[in-house]
Amino acid sequence: MNKKQKKTLYRIVGTGIIAAILMALKLEDPLNFILMMVPYLLIGYDIIIKASKGIKNLQPFDENFLMTVATLGAMILGEHIEGVAVMFFYQIGELFQSYAVGKSRRNISELMDIRPDYANVEVLNDEGVPTGELERVDPYDVEIGRVIVVKAGEKIPIDGIVIEGNSTLNTAALTGESLPRDVFSGYEVISGSVNINGLLKIRTTKEFGDSTASKILDMVENAGNKKSKSEKFISKFAKIYTPIVCILALLLAIAPPLFNLISQNPPLWGQWIYRALTFLVISCPCALVVSVPLGFFAGIGGASKAGVLVKGANYLETLSKVKTVVFDKTGTLTQGVFDVAGIHHGVLDTETLLEYTALVESYSNHPIAVSIAKAYHETSGKALDKTKLIDIKEVSGQGVIGKIKDESGILDFAAGNEKLMEALGIENVIHCRSVGTLVHLAINGEYGGHILISDMEKPESKDTIKLLKKIGIKDTIMLTGDIKAVGEKVGKDLGLDKVFSQLLPQDKVAKVEELLGAKKGNDAIAFVGDGINDAPVLTRADVGIAMGALGSDAAIEAADIVLMDDNPMNIVKAIKIANKAMRIIYENIYFAIGIKLLCLVLGAVGIANMWFAIFADVGVLVLAVLNAIRTLSVRKM
Amino acid sequence: MKKTYKVEVDCANCANKMEEATKATPGVINANLNFMTLKLNIEFEDGVDRNQVMEEVVKRCKKIEPDCEIYL
Repeated sequence: MNKKQKKTLYRIVGTGIIAAILMALKLEDPLNFILMMVPYLLIGYDIIIKASKGIKNLQPFDENFLMTVATLGAMILGEHIEGVAVMFFYQIGELFQSYAVGKSRRNISELMDIRPDYANVEVLNDEGVPTGELERVDPYDVEIGRVIVVKAGEKIPIDGIVIEGNSTLNTAALTGESLPRDVFSGYEVISGSVNINGLLKIRTTKEFGDSTASKILDMVENAGNKKSKSEKFISKFAKIYTPIVCILALLLAIAPPLFNLISQNPPLWGQWIYRALTFLVISCPCALVVSVPLGFFAGIGGASKAGVLVKGANYLETLSKVKTVVFDKTGTLTQGVFDVAGIHHGVLDTETLLEYTALVESYSNHPIAVSIAKAYHETSGKALDKTKLIDIKEVSGQGVIGKIKDESGILDFAAGNEKLMEALGIENVIHCRSVGTLVHLAINGEYGGHILISDMEKPESKDTIKLLKKIGIKDTIMLTGDIKAVGEKVGKDLGLDKVFSQLLPQDKVAKVEELLGAKKGNDAIAFVGDGINDAPVLTRADVGIAMGALGSDAAIEAADIVLMDDNPMNIVKAIKIANKAMRIIYENIYFAIGIKLLCLVLGAVGIANMWFAIFADVGVLVLAVLNAIRTLSVRKM
Repeated sequence: MKKTYKVEVDCANCANKMEEATKATPGVINANLNFMTLKLNIEFEDGVDRNQVMEEVVKRCKKIEPDCEIYL
């Protein structure tokens, strides 16, 4: 508890004791009234001061003002105890709320305890050679390319590449995955992971501000800025609720007595004014206004603990409405690690074909290009000689065309899919009987064989689809740039509802747009990709989910939800977390509005008195806040 | 031009009202007060004197919630 909260607590306790004594003494008025003003002022002085400031500033529907009117009114009507009690419980409610909100703020910042405080840099002498000494500096001050040293138990402060040492890293705070990762020289490491045992020397590849840990913290902290529809609804509701209740209170105080006067009955001013004051007690929309953003905040915090980063409250809301999940194939449902499975009908020897293909693909970071380079490296044991490559042109969605200097002269070399072969007018293209991705080759305008490349399904993919169905996803759809045979085989293996193959990146956008156009009502469509080549689709879908996005800036930028791990099972987890958070938030909305309406009705007909009203009001606040905090827990998902 | 300010405010409803008041201040394009992180994000119009705008923002917010604090 902070100072302010402690002070309020003392005032609450003091008021409770004094009021209890006065109640036990059962004094007569006016002495009782005068003495009761002591606990009343003790518990309510700040509210009365704020109320008078509110009047001066022309803020008539300020809750302090309303509370003051309600309680002073009750005191004057002779209901001293109730006047004190309303202030008393109102303060308890406020104290509880402020304590609970503060506590969850701290909880969530502890969850996200990945902010590194310092970096150990190697001290350089005048010639720029490390002296072997270390200096502890602010990570903000470390330039790209400096060598930092991370000891056992320390957090890696900045993204980089290990240049010396072996160790095991704990990435639980980042990915929610508790299995430690082994790293060694040449391995890329990300900031926020904790070095468990060895000593690591790391060459930084990013500045601190662009490093993973900083980005994640930034994202989580700013997530609340994108407000959800429910939050907007609540602010709107809060804006009209208080004035409406106040006007109703005024009517209740004046209209029935006047009606009584006209119909020549006793007017009963006291009774109706008391009922009107009861209205004012429940005029504060606090429970709602605090519990909804708190629910989202805790939900987003809990999700980030599980390795699911949600970039805004609105995305959590939309995710809970998702009925269709569209997947990208490569890297999402499949491992995206390709292997060259064979070279068929080659006109040159295997090694040369691999070399030339690797050369023309050498500027691409597409997984297929990487796999070909790897295969060449493994078969020949040599590094690529890039001087042989003279010219290179990429044809988007088809492949690459290049010129290669050979012993015999200059070769026109093309590698790509069937469309490329067609475009180049190559005849006698041979189709493969095996299922896999084919890279067709053409040399000097003649067909040169094809390389068969295969990808593996992720072991969790099948269960993911099954579980998605179980939690209410109607459609699972896969989009792939691969040929039909490959797409359909994966689709059938995994149990997907629909598969669309042979799509260029722009076709994927068009397909998602088509699905968006065809969806019904409030249903939402999520797109899951690995962020490579599918940033436009991620942006276009209702919710873009990027997975395995650690270190991929483009994906983090384009996606609405980022899964830190590349396990597709986390999609299920993300949806479950969203569903739970939204369920709790709606519970709070219905519960709080329901109880308030009930109190208004019961208050108007005289069944609920001021005690009832304040208990209901504070009770709703406490329960709604406790309920909202439940969204933080995501352990069993 | 966007800038973030640290805020101190106790009640969520006041935070909403402060956000409204900030949005209505001349020189401000958009504003967002996040009650959970206690941060006020303001997008200023080009070419305005930020300090002057902020002075007005603070004045307006204090009117709504005398207890609030905006750290400039």
